Amino acid sequence: MFKPLTQAVQLGYRTAFNLFEWPMAGAQRLVGISRVAWLFLLPNLLIFGLFTFLPIILNFFYATTGSDAILLSQRPYVGAENFSSLLSCTDYLDPNSCRRDVFWRAVYNTGWFVVLQVGFMIAFSLVTALILNRDIPLKGFFRGVFFYPVLLSPVVVALIWKWILQRYGIFNAGLEDLGLAPVDWLIDAHWAFFWIIFVSIWAHMGFYTLILLAGLQAIPSDVYEAAEMDGASRFRVFSKITMPLLMPTMVVVVVLSLIRAVQAFDEIFVLTGGGPGSATTLILQYIYETGFASRPQLFGLAAAASILMAVVLLVLTLLQLRATRSQAEG
Amino acid sequence: MVWSFISRTRGRGRFDVTDWLTWGYLILGIVLMFGPVLWVAMSSFKTDAALSEYPPSFLPFAPKTVMVEGYDDPLPLYEITAGEHRGEVLAQIRRIGLNAQMVDPQNPAEKINVKIGDRAPAREFAMAFENYSKLFERFNFMRYFWNSVFITVVATIITVIFNSMAAFALAKYRFRGRTTVFLLIIATLMIPPTINLVPIYLVVNELGLVNTPWGVIWPAVATPTGVFLLRQYMLTIPDDLLDAARMDHASEWRVYWRIVLPLAAPAIAVLIIFSVMWRWNEFLWPLIVLTRSEEFTLQLALNAFQGDLQTSWSGLLAMTVLTLLPITIVFALLQKNITAGIAQSGVK
Amino acid sequence: MAVVELQKLVKDYAGFRAIHGVDLRIDDGEFCVFVGPSGCGKSTLLRMIAGLEEISDGELRIDGRRVNEERAAERGLAMVFQSYALYPHMTVRENLAFGLENIKTPKDEIRRRVDEAARMLQIGDYMERRPKQLSGGQRQRVAIGRAVVREPKVFLFDEPLSNLDAELRVVMRGEISQLHRRLGNTMIYVTHDQVEAMTMADKIVVLKLGTIQQVGSPLDLYNRPANQFVAGFIGSPRMNFFEATVAEQARGGIVATDEGGRRVEAAVSPERVEPGAPVTLGVRPEHLEIGSERGHPVTVETIEQLGGESYLYCRDSNGRPITVHKSGQTRIRAGEEAKVFLPAEAIHVFREDGSALERLRIGEEA
Repeated sequence: MFKPLTQAVQLGYRTAFNLFEWPMAGAQRLVGISRVAWLFLLPNLLIFGLFTFLPIILNFFYATTGSDAILLSQRPYVGAENFSSLLSCTDYLDPNSCRRDVFWRAVYNTGWFVVLQVGFMIAFSLVTALILNRDIPLKGFFRGVFFYPVLLSPVVVALIWKWILQRYGIFNAGLEDLGLAPVDWLIDAHWAFFWIIFVSIWAHMGFYTLILLAGLQAIPSDVYEAAEMDGASRFRVFSKITMPLLMPTMVVVVVLSLIRAVQAFDEIFVLTGGGPGSATTLILQYIYETGFASRPQLFGLAAAASILMAVVLLVLTLLQLRATRSQAEG
Repeated sequence: MVWSFISRTRGRGRFDVTDWLTWGYLILGIVLMFGPVLWVAMSSFKTDAALSEYPPSFLPFAPKTVMVEGYDDPLPLYEITAGEHRGEVLAQIRRIGLNAQMVDPQNPAEKINVKIGDRAPAREFAMAFENYSKLFERFNFMRYFWNSVFITVVATIITVIFNSMAAFALAKYRFRGRTTVFLLIIATLMIPPTINLVPIYLVVNELGLVNTPWGVIWPAVATPTGVFLLRQYMLTIPDDLLDAARMDHASEWRVYWRIVLPLAAPAIAVLIIFSVMWRWNEFLWPLIVLTRSEEFTLQLALNAFQGDLQTSWSGLLAMTVLTLLPITIVFALLQKNITAGIAQSGVK
Repeated sequence: MAVVELQKLVKDYAGFRAIHGVDLRIDDGEFCVFVGPSGCGKSTLLRMIAGLEEISDGELRIDGRRVNEERAAERGLAMVFQSYALYPHMTVRENLAFGLENIKTPKDEIRRRVDEAARMLQIGDYMERRPKQLSGGQRQRVAIGRAVVREPKVFLFDEPLSNLDAELRVVMRGEISQLHRRLGNTMIYVTHDQVEAMTMADKIVVLKLGTIQQVGSPLDLYNRPANQFVAGFIGSPRMNFFEATVAEQARGGIVATDEGGRRVEAAVSPERVEPGAPVTLGVRPEHLEIGSERGHPVTVETIEQLGGESYLYCRDSNGRPITVHKSGQTRIRAGEEAKVFLPAEAIHVFREDGSALERLRIGEEA
């Protein structure tokens, strides 16, 4: 069954080669061998330029212009108005006092979400990694168990949990069996916030578990044997040997998960739609809805909000770079 | 046998508290990680009637029905648990208040009144495959599936070719500006597309790619992750090999395509896995670019259906299962490679 | 069949000159060995000839035609790499055929040439294996075979034996020499091992820091090293050196006084030195006479008795090591005092700038 497939792939591979060989060889003769590297870089750089570098610049133009036109030529210059509109509040601790109250709610939601989701996820990932690092049978299988949800699409993840958490779902049925009252999990604001954190931990912790596990496995086993010879208790082994040696990996994991959490959107959007009200609306959803889902499309406001988010991400990325470097050096 | 297998501890030969906790945690892990998916898979085989049953049953049971002479529709069967007809199986015609008007299928002429508390629905094991067939007949499932496959396959091929070409140039040539280009590409790791949504949309719009699969494919094919991953791997390919090929009359393109690409196969496999995962699961960007439903990917279709109140859970669940199936199969086959690849490169 | 000419060849890397204007002519059918310590530029020079390194200045001619601008493959050369550089994802047969396929050689012609090379190198039994499944010696043969099938004008070898163990190295040395006799092509061979150079070469080119020190046949280099570097580099064990001062010029050579004030006669041309000039005397271990009544007093530290020959490692009163090679066996024991004599016709004399004075009588040849 695989033979025709392999043959087809090989044929495709060869055809693709022949297709490009003649123009590439010609181009090589044209530019000379010393500049051939640029030929190989060209397609990638073209895409980068068009969809990454150019947009970075354009973002600032959008952020400083108004109206709902997509073409920059049709957008009047408004200076810092988009920013000041986003940032104008009488009391920064109370989103209701802000001109863009949904934005501020999203900011606060994102803040809480990031702190809680990252905190608990790292804790669970660490415990799981420590357990998977023990000498247990079926190691590979169990690693797969915890990793499996990472591969599921956010929409699928959200639908799975929506089905479980619905009013007449299996979760409420279980509660009633225990004699407890059923709850409208995704309609109650506090529970909904709990569940978006829970679901995003469920969906992503396998990835961080895997990285922490790799970090644990990089610790040489003779260190543990030496500690055992020294009569160290399990707790002391953990606190004085495992944790310090795992710290560099830990820092990378924390920063990486912070960066991801700030941009959380997909599964939450499908699970709760940001509701009830805007109780689970995070910053990226605000940007999406402001710029694309609502009429009029406030591109300027969305761009301004993205730039504010970019500033946060930039700080986090710099932290990551420092962390990666100290890990590489350590 | 089983016990000695499970109780294999760190050579201490004793099954102590931490081992109990370990196994408790692992079993909880299986339930928590696989349980929800399994529950959805089970539910997707239930009929609409069984889906609205509360409390739900684990296996797909459907209420038994029977055709009774003199009635147009099949009637649901009930077991009688109390009263004078206790033990009999009767079909229900209609409910009237606290009583149900029932009939014995063997004797359709006689109507029997039973208190509703005295009867329980008779059920049978029934897989509702029509949930799936319905998808193909009514929901245009193949269309969305094809859109997703097209985007995933084409984007992955382009990603692998473009990224490996750039990686080859950065790993195997010395030229002025190499470091600059490399740093520039790495820097884009810091700029996730989510913060450039508006201007990227403008570019896609100007190129006339809105509501085409290409609008989803092009913006993300030049992944810095891929370039970095492949470059690091290609650095380990000895330069002598390339020189040997050049002495063998190979053009630079031939050196790349016939020598470097096959030798970078392990790294390319990792990139393919990532790319397939990214593209199959991608949501926000397609959501912005694809607004016409015939262009929807599976993820968008799922999202659209779940927002549509007319849609029944039966169709939605079946579609969810079909969407997670390809990734699950790939994962089951390549679990080791995937986890090893991710652990090594630290990217997702 | 080809003549390779290098004219004032220069290689510049950013801010650093690796090759300083090399002039050299390698005749048709010659086996030429580039030898020198690591970092002397011998591999760079080879890669410039191959076309893998750009030529910064000067001219490279093959059969009289300037080829500076031609690509590696177009120069009609084939190269055997130090690491063999076999394509790991191809079988032996595919490895051999790759170069011919690239120039669209007809299939049966490819087959004929590959089979012929396989027979010549005795690799026919593992044509369908991958390089990973071969031993070091087998890989080496395949690497040579890949060069042979190309039927090149010139073969280039870049330290091809350095990854083999000592025994295999001797065998392969013989095989490459045999290949050269059989094919009669011009071959350029780079090595840091002077034994390989001495045993295989028609012509040896000694390089140091990107300049040619001497060009000549193996015995030329052995008998008439142009300078102290070549003298020290060619010959094993290394030549012994003594510091001395010229005392007088004589008809049959010069007389020098060594550090201990002893007079030493040397049969070299007295033309280029004045009395009082400091010089270095060089004597090969096999030319020192030990156990006589005259000469340098030394302490014998270690003795290697190989039966047919003996090596005595000594130290003189200044602590300078002196190696003596004696054929046959010796009665001297480690720890004993002895005297070594420097025979006049075996002495090499080097001026302060390192250049050698011409020897007037050469023992073996005389």
